[in-house]
Amino acid sequence: MSKLKIAVIGGKDTVIGFKAVGLEACPAANAAEAHKALRELTREGSDYAIIYIEEKLAQQLQHDIDRFKDSPSPAIILIPGREGSMGLGQTALRAAVERAVGTNILGD
Amino acid sequence: MAGTAVTPTRMVLNQLKGRLKTARRGHKLLKDKRDELMRQFMDVVRENKVLRENVEEGLTAAFSSLQVASSIMSPEMLEQALLYPRQSVELDMTFKNIMSVNVPRYSFTTQNNDPSEIYPYGFAQTSGELDDALDRMARVFEDMLKLAEVEKTMQLLAEEIEKTRRRVNALEYVMIPELEGNIKYITMKLEENENSTKVRLLKVKDMVLQKAHNYS
Repeated sequence: MSKLKIAVIGGKDTVIGFKAVGLEACPAANAAEAHKALRELTREGSDYAIIYIEEKLAQQLQHDIDRFKDSPSPAIILIPGREGSMGLGQTALRAAVERAVGTNILGD
Repeated sequence: MAGTAVTPTRMVLNQLKGRLKTARRGHKLLKDKRDELMRQFMDVVRENKVLRENVEEGLTAAFSSLQVASSIMSPEMLEQALLYPRQSVELDMTFKNIMSVNVPRYSFTTQNNDPSEIYPYGFAQTSGELDDALDRMARVFEDMLKLAEVEKTMQLLAEEIEKTRRRVNALEYVMIPELEGNIKYITMKLEENENSTKVRLLKVKDMVLQKAHNYS
């Protein structure tokens, strides 16, 4: 299997740290830039298997992110930004549970 | 009403009975599949929850170290220090089959295996906080990868469960009752036909006898 890559989309301050640990950094200052970066990374034939995206930006790209929910690759994962967690990652979890079970059974 | 579209013949009745049997078996199998998927799904959800908390905590810590580092060093210096990463990560993706759902499994290889080799800069001009931040980042990274795997698995399983649940319900509340209704309709219709034939025969017999022997 070919070697795949991991990308991080986020604010400049956020991605700089990830760059140091060897991930591909895609700085994006606003939703439009993030949208462009996401589109670039998920293009047909691109070899990004995981894309981490900052919650703050993901919030405005929900529609684009949902498109990849049902395909096995790439995985788009929300991460908290510099300002700390907004709890959006938990929302994804809750949405998946609701989808599967019909109701929220986690009790939160 | 169910049963208006079927022709009440013995052949159709047999066909319908066969279909009902298949539908019942399919329903049972799908129900089992749904239950097992659900069990796996709950495991994954629990794992996801823990991982997500770990990752968010780890990242917050890493970011705060980075924040300190960037306030000590000038932004240009920081950027310069991290400009060319020494570390690069390559990812291998394989698929694992959970109840006929293909979920990704990631394994990664890093170029530098020595944990002290990840710093892409000399120590002279950077602050210790930066080392700290990178160290935290590198540690949380493994959890992040695991999180990606688990979260994707969760999403794919959720989709499959939704599909399976829909099928189970369609069989249980639409297909099977409809087939049962049709079968009942045909059985009744056939019985009715049989009765009327019997009555007609009796009647004919009476008529014939009356003609032959002049019974009253």
